[in-house]
Amino acid sequence: MAAVTSLHAAVDHAARFETRSATREPTWIKWTIVGVSLTFFTLFLLMPLIAVFVEAFRKGWDTYLAALIEPDALSAIQLTLIAAAIAVPLNLSFGVAAAWAITKFEFPGKQVLITLIDLPFSVSPVVAGLIYVLVFGAQGWFGSSLADNDIKIIFAVPGIVLATVFVTFPFVARELIPLMQAQGKEEEEAAVVLGASGWQTFWHVTLPNIKWGLLYGVILCNARAMGEFGAVSVVSGHIRGLTNTMPLHVEILYNEYQFAAAFAVASVLALLALVTLCIKTWIEHQAAKTKEES
Amino acid sequence: MLPGFNLTLGYTLFYLSVIVLIPLSAVFIKTTELGLAEFWAVVTAPRVVATYKLTFGASLLAAAINALFGLMLAWSLVRYSFPGKKLVDALIDLPFALPTAVAGIALTALYARNGWLGQWIEGEFGIKVAFGPLGVLVALIFIGLPFVVRTVQPILEDLDTELEEAAASLGARRWQTFRYVTLPILLPALLTGFALAFARAVGEYGSVIFIAGNIPMVSEITPLIIITKLEQYDYAGATAIAVVMLVLSFILLLTINGLQAWTNKVTGRDR
Repeated sequence: MAAVTSLHAAVDHAARFETRSATREPTWIKWTIVGVSLTFFTLFLLMPLIAVFVEAFRKGWDTYLAALIEPDALSAIQLTLIAAAIAVPLNLSFGVAAAWAITKFEFPGKQVLITLIDLPFSVSPVVAGLIYVLVFGAQGWFGSSLADNDIKIIFAVPGIVLATVFVTFPFVARELIPLMQAQGKEEEEAAVVLGASGWQTFWHVTLPNIKWGLLYGVILCNARAMGEFGAVSVVSGHIRGLTNTMPLHVEILYNEYQFAAAFAVASVLALLALVTLCIKTWIEHQAAKTKEES
Repeated sequence: MLPGFNLTLGYTLFYLSVIVLIPLSAVFIKTTELGLAEFWAVVTAPRVVATYKLTFGASLLAAAINALFGLMLAWSLVRYSFPGKKLVDALIDLPFALPTAVAGIALTALYARNGWLGQWIEGEFGIKVAFGPLGVLVALIFIGLPFVVRTVQPILEDLDTELEEAAASLGARRWQTFRYVTLPILLPALLTGFALAFARAVGEYGSVIFIAGNIPMVSEITPLIIITKLEQYDYAGATAIAVVMLVLSFILLLTINGLQAWTNKVTGRDR
């Protein structure tokens, strides 16, 4: 499921097409296509985004702030940060290791491995949560031995972290594999011949080449980690103040008809999404600049 | 020879097994607890079959709508200049970045009877969007939107103007050039985007459950049935349906890989 999230340099191509008569449509066709596209964009993307903020402030600043500093909301924010703080570095180190093995060496079964890394993207989040219940739940494989040792994974924080790791598993690997494949391995081989160690080669040769792609993978991984709902919902148990992440807290408030509070917490997540998109756009411009220079 | 092969491949295989492969195998092992007849009875129960129909039907329709409008959006973004283009381009990825639960409640607020859009649609056409199958469709359109745009956009950007100029100089009309020159090059990417949007929609849960109304036999999606069974401690039943979904995911994953290989071949990206 790769291509979609991959970093591509931000370059405007319109001039190339609009200045040539053979690749240009009549003005009325252009504006019809633009108009229809933008209407679709507005109805399905822009308005929902605006609605989040309008609903959040419907009852004013005081209600808004109160919804965010209430203890259950704070603990949800904390848990969301913890889950992301564990899941992102784990999947980052995995992504780098997997990309190194896959792009710098030849071995049988490589294509199968790449497909398997993609698996979590195509598994329904609900199924992702279910598999950990089957392994670590009370009725699961390790259920009784975990209970004997008084360790809780399902309906507790470790389960939430595991589910988050699963759904964000491919992000960094998926970003790096095509990038490092395109770059080849000559530069690294030269460094090693000149006496650099493996780590030195990675830090000084590979990393500068892949930094934008790496950052891109990390911020998308982080956004998904903080926003995951389905998988986390299955393993959470919805214990207020203990096992609720921000998206789960939004659901609970919403189901209790506390709409303004639900949208207030949702607006923080929406803000986070906007920050993610800003960083993403910035990276695309940096990548375009790097491309121009080389 | 570069160092680190054993370390990185070993770590990769270990991590992949612990996080993904072993837990996933639990689904298939657990489901053997049910006999074949029992398994069949669970996965073909009328209420479950109704969820397949809705999930697949709405996912297909949403992916098709996204293919059409996504192509137009990608075309506009690559080929035309218009005010606000950069902002639109950046916001296309919103469904990737916005948590699904937030999308769910926002779409519900918009398309419900008293919402900005729902009010108008119900008043004008007498159609109820939220809390019914149409609500499911709306949510699935939202989450699938970037897939088509982002798979088609880079292919459009890479197109040389020469091809179309050659077609024009040979007397092709603009529409003929699009139909016989441009579209065949875009088709594999368009189908890939369609399949990605479909695959994502089939498994989607968070954005749908708020707007669907979740009425059994009417607006209940398959992932929700799994949750319902889990809440009733029917682990074997939940697992059986998960197996059906997983098998479909595998098939889709392989299809998408094939489509991507085709895209690379048609556009010469595989070098």
